[in-house]
Amino acid sequence: MPNFLATRLTTWVSQTPIHLALVVLSTLWTLPSLGLLISSIRPPEEVLTTGWWTVFQHPFDFTQYSLENYRTVLSAEGLGQALLNSLTIAIPATVIPIAIAAFAAYALAWMEFPGRQWLFLAIVALLVVPLQMTFIPLLRAYGHLGLTGTFAGLWLAHTGYGLPLGIYLLRNYIGSLPRDLIEAAAVDGATPWQIFTRLIVPLSMPAIASFAVFQFLWVWNDLLVALVYLGGTPTVAPLTITLTNLVGSRGQDWHLLTAGAFITMTLPLLVFLALQRYFVRGLLAGSIKG
Amino acid sequence: MTHIFGRGLVAALAIGLGCGGVFALFYGANGLVERFAPGNSKNRLLPWVYLTPALLLLAVYLVLPTLVTIYISCFDARSQAFVGLTNYLTVFTDKTMGEAFRNNLLWLVGVTGGSVSLGLLIAVLADRVRYEPVPKTLIFLPMAISFVGASVIWKFIYAFRPAGTAQIGLLNAVVTSLGFEPVGWLVERSINNLALIAIMIWLQTGFCMVLLSAAVKGIPQEIIEAARLDGASEGQIFWRITLPLIRSTILVVSTTTILLVLKVFDIVYVMTAGNQGTEVLASRMFKEMFSFRHYGRGSAIAVLLLLAVIPIMVLNIREFRRPTPLR
Repeated sequence: MPNFLATRLTTWVSQTPIHLALVVLSTLWTLPSLGLLISSIRPPEEVLTTGWWTVFQHPFDFTQYSLENYRTVLSAEGLGQALLNSLTIAIPATVIPIAIAAFAAYALAWMEFPGRQWLFLAIVALLVVPLQMTFIPLLRAYGHLGLTGTFAGLWLAHTGYGLPLGIYLLRNYIGSLPRDLIEAAAVDGATPWQIFTRLIVPLSMPAIASFAVFQFLWVWNDLLVALVYLGGTPTVAPLTITLTNLVGSRGQDWHLLTAGAFITMTLPLLVFLALQRYFVRGLLAGSIKG
Repeated sequence: MTHIFGRGLVAALAIGLGCGGVFALFYGANGLVERFAPGNSKNRLLPWVYLTPALLLLAVYLVLPTLVTIYISCFDARSQAFVGLTNYLTVFTDKTMGEAFRNNLLWLVGVTGGSVSLGLLIAVLADRVRYEPVPKTLIFLPMAISFVGASVIWKFIYAFRPAGTAQIGLLNAVVTSLGFEPVGWLVERSINNLALIAIMIWLQTGFCMVLLSAAVKGIPQEIIEAARLDGASEGQIFWRITLPLIRSTILVVSTTTILLVLKVFDIVYVMTAGNQGTEVLASRMFKEMFSFRHYGRGSAIAVLLLLAVIPIMVLNIREFRRPTPLR
């Protein structure tokens, strides 16, 4: 028994550098966000005169915390409207590409028509196109069609940009479903529509979920596409644009910037933590986005 | 109060319309074909009913614009007069563009090297402890944060106050407490690019770690045990066994990171707007488009990006497709 304890002790000691390295790295990675969170709940005059780490002198003195900054950015600085805009942009810009990619993936995987493989390869090849390649022509077209500064214009753009990855991920998953199952349903007289809605979609939920997490995080966190197609219209601007403008106009008001940044981060962090499993699965299945 | 309620209602309506619209589209088109297409043509038509929306959007949003951009990169600012390769010549000789090329290269080396090696280090270390999920989750978490959010977080870390006043930025607080002068991290030309690159490493390491960790766990335990029995040290095991066996994953992770970094825009745009010598290709293109309204030059930069992406993407897909015995 003492022998056993001694072995455990030596392994533990030899492991110390590993524990130390992990603690240091985890701390380094967490400190930036922690500083943001703490600063966002401190009163303005405190944030601007002392470092956020000074709260640790009396961590349980709750009078030094307040939610005032959040109230200010949400109303006076327009982040409340931006939050609504971000939701209005991100939810349809996630649902529409899922639906379109799922139907296309089903057709590419299980329906017979000439040129099926070539079409799939061509779609995968579109993953190489950097979004920058598309901005100037589309921006001009949007100008003529009056789509600049509209939610619908942005939904369609995000859908177009998200489809290659979506079709790639979903076609690979749907194509690997058991053939017997789908053929049996067809023999029983199920129409393609019934096979798709009652069989393919429920069975493909893991793949759909991982694409959904990707697309939602991508759209919610996007700045460039929104800047290009929404221009400077503040009524439709999502959180990323509004926060960027806040950095420009209130660059030194850290109490507002930190609260604003935290608001933009909450929903993606929740989605991410809740659906991390699907996100990782999607990553492992090949995350390549143009 | 009714004001907020009204705006929420408008948002909900828009969301419902957008999401409902796409389902109505497929349902309607499918119904039409099922009802009106004569018997045997139905099976030939249906695939196209399901594919057309996707193909149409891909053509309109990716294929056609790409061709048009290549075409107008040979025209002047307003796309009226043909100028041949002049835009490319300007892009390659312009002083700021030279700076953008250099910075992009620095980003590529810095971010790829930094996040892949740190990701590997954490993956290997965390594999040996029992509380593995904790450090991995903490390091993975920044992946959910937008570049804009991350920029604000780090701008606060880099905050600068003149010497003698209390520093509220973490980094300058550390620097001054060690007895040095505070540093303007985002203005000093020798370090501001590195300060921006650090943000991207912070965001990207989690991604590298997750993929590399999966690869490390895929190595059969027998191989490691056998090497250990033969008296190999932990260092030898890492360099001679682990590293060669996860080579393919390292390549995929590196190329994916390179693809991301080539097009980096948000961080530069929010932090410095490309001033003080921090310009990169994507931020330069944005300026050509919106500040100078020079569509020819903007398109030329986009084409250069495409040309840089293609070989890396081909490498990535080919490596990803290769069946490895360990996966």
